[in-house]
Amino acid sequence: MAGATGLRKRAANQVARASVTEPPLVRGILTAIALIFLVVFLILPITVIVAGALAKGVQFYFQALTEPVALAAARLTLLVAVITVPLNVLFGLAAAWALAKFDFVGKKFLTTLIDLPFSVSPVISGLIYVLVFGAQGVLGPWLQAHDIKIVFALPGIVLATVFVTSPFVARELIPLMQAQGNEEENAAIILGASGWQTFWRVTLPNIKWGLLYGVILCTARAMGEFGAVSVVSGHIRGLTNTLPLHVEILYNEYSFTAAFAVSSLLMMLAFVTLALKHFIEWQHSRETNLTAES
Amino acid sequence: MKFKRHSVIPGFGFTLGFTLTYLSLIVLIPLSLLFLKATTLGWEHFWHTVVSARVLASLRLSFGTALASALVNAVFGLLVAWVLVRYDFPGKKIVDALVDLPFALPTAVAGIALTTLYAPHGWMGRLLAGLGIKAAFTPLGITLALIFIGLPFVVRTVEPILQDFEKEIEEAAFSLGANRWQTFCKVILPAILPALLTGCAMAFSRAVGEYGSVVFIAGNMPLKTEIAPLLIMTKLEQYDYAGATAIAGVMLVISFLLLFATHLFQAWTRQYERV
Repeated sequence: MAGATGLRKRAANQVARASVTEPPLVRGILTAIALIFLVVFLILPITVIVAGALAKGVQFYFQALTEPVALAAARLTLLVAVITVPLNVLFGLAAAWALAKFDFVGKKFLTTLIDLPFSVSPVISGLIYVLVFGAQGVLGPWLQAHDIKIVFALPGIVLATVFVTSPFVARELIPLMQAQGNEEENAAIILGASGWQTFWRVTLPNIKWGLLYGVILCTARAMGEFGAVSVVSGHIRGLTNTLPLHVEILYNEYSFTAAFAVSSLLMMLAFVTLALKHFIEWQHSRETNLTAES
Repeated sequence: MKFKRHSVIPGFGFTLGFTLTYLSLIVLIPLSLLFLKATTLGWEHFWHTVVSARVLASLRLSFGTALASALVNAVFGLLVAWVLVRYDFPGKKIVDALVDLPFALPTAVAGIALTTLYAPHGWMGRLLAGLGIKAAFTPLGITLALIFIGLPFVVRTVEPILQDFEKEIEEAAFSLGANRWQTFCKVILPAILPALLTGCAMAFSRAVGEYGSVVFIAGNMPLKTEIAPLLIMTKLEQYDYAGATAIAGVMLVISFLLLFATHLFQAWTRQYERV
């Protein structure tokens, strides 16, 4: 009798499972197609970079990376990121505070405006600064008279990068702070904390993972941006060449191995970004689970 | 009507002021100067630039390949999201993490990697050449690069919706006599369609303006494989600022309309969900 109930239960389970999933054969075929697609579109390009970088041996690889122009490009890339990211963190924090903590007219419109740079082509992002600061630009004659260089120099590269990466921190923080609500901040203020104290001791600990997430995405894009920087850089070797632009020059000179060697460096940067991103997602989900349990 | 609802939290004036100043200096003023510059061209000059055969061909190519890549990603992005949410297989976590690679990999790097892969002597290029297909330096190559760039947009917008989808609804469909295919088409697909369309719209608008991953694989032949962003670049290098501005203006207007439509669509579906 017990056996019969068991059998019936198992049969019922099978029906329940069959109702929400596909037969094993279909599952296998779908998984295989998805994996083949991902291998062709994601794994093969990575493999090409690694194979291309090591095509002339390890010694050539390190030579390509330690060339003076490559080092100068790496330095410039880091410098641009070091200036850009803090600026966009300040912007992101201010925008998220204003948009998430308060209700005011035109809030939705402002949120859309913050996202705007994402729908502008990188080439156009560079072009707009050429139109403002370039020799024929609005401020061009004045800048020339005062011997200030913005386009085809560091300030132009930084401006274009700031434009392209400005939404990253803000769009991470706005929904997060909106979801968390104002209760804790209200309590802190009513108990006598100042605005800064509330921000440092209440808000910041609550948003730290989201902030870090935005910073990482912003940094990765700032170091990897190509189109916008390409327009305002002027491609002066050793001076206004970032790592992605250096890759382009090497490639167009048919120095493929060197181009892939520098690319592999940027690819490792991408992998670090992905790893950090997943670490943060994991941390965040762990913390929310803990608070949900307690 | 008051501008702002009362709150005990301080810092509204400072943060809003900072946000608006920053946004104006970095984004709004430079962008409006572009439109201002476009209007100083005079209507005739502007129109003449935009309807020239080369510009029209580049716009058609940019929007056409972007649309094609978005459609491919609609199918394969949905499939990848489905497999990642619903099925188990070894190495799933790594595959899931890799989906974000196109977001993290600098576009120039993706560009030269894809070009080498699909060039006539590349690994995939040789395979396709055997079938009589030429990928690199053709619109097909451009589309392949745009598929790479757009994939995570679709997967990452569909994934959470698919995860939250309640199994009970599928069980109900089954017990009412629907087979799996019917359940997918009539129950699951309508629920994830808004997310799928949003993801595709994001992938499309990114693809239209994409530059770094496309220039290497495109071949850049005027009238044939020259995308609009590259044409802007070429005009700039020839000091044709007016021409570059005109094309940029047209692209921006179309992108903004698209952004606006996406936002309206999202607002509409959210309203629909609440009902």
